[in-house]
Amino acid sequence: MIHIQQEDFDSGAELQALEASGPATGAVCSFTGLARDYGDKEGVSALFLEHYPGMTEAAIENILRDAHERWPLQGVRVIHRVGTLQPGERIVFVGVASSHRKEAFAACEFIMDYLKTGAPFWKKEITAQGEHWVEQKASDQSASQRWQKTP
Amino acid sequence: MLKVLFFASLREQLGIDQLGLESARAATVAQLREILMADHPGWAQLLSQPQLMVAVNQTIAGNQTALQDGDEIAFFPPVTGG
Repeated sequence: MIHIQQEDFDSGAELQALEASGPATGAVCSFTGLARDYGDKEGVSALFLEHYPGMTEAAIENILRDAHERWPLQGVRVIHRVGTLQPGERIVFVGVASSHRKEAFAACEFIMDYLKTGAPFWKKEITAQGEHWVEQKASDQSASQRWQKTP
Repeated sequence: MLKVLFFASLREQLGIDQLGLESARAATVAQLREILMADHPGWAQLLSQPQLMVAVNQTIAGNQTALQDGDEIAFFPPVTGG
């Protein structure tokens, strides 16, 4: 399940849905990303998130297909918000259900790492001094590249 | 026609989010880039940024990717979601 939306989401409801993935599910793992009040610069009063409708969903579907090929997963839920967000607001949710915790932890991190480098979203930080687009971090690139070495 | 889209910082710097171009004018992404730079003085530096990404029909593509009538081509900076 992939949702790109402006509205907030209920992390608890997402976790409960994953917990109801079926009798083979023994582990649910999730990541929730929040808007911080600092980023490339201090004093961030808001974030603006833009995406490429259509391609974003397709890129995430590809990431989830890769995750399903690597690990036995009973459920995956990805929500990414777009538009203007205040510090403390939820930006992204990735949750996976699997039989065992190792698979659940690994798949959740894998999906998040690839989402950050492969899905067309762009983030702009708004501060009292003005606004600027966030630069992609080398650490995000290396985070997704390390999955290419070990399964 | 080719539909050309621009996103994020590139969209703001160019001051436009999309344009149409006759498909006969560009057979590849590289040619499309050259035509856009020739048609719009001031775009050369922005469109030749080495880290700029390009997608054809919503799939990541490269300079040599062939273009056909009806294709949707998008130029955008490295992604920063999550």
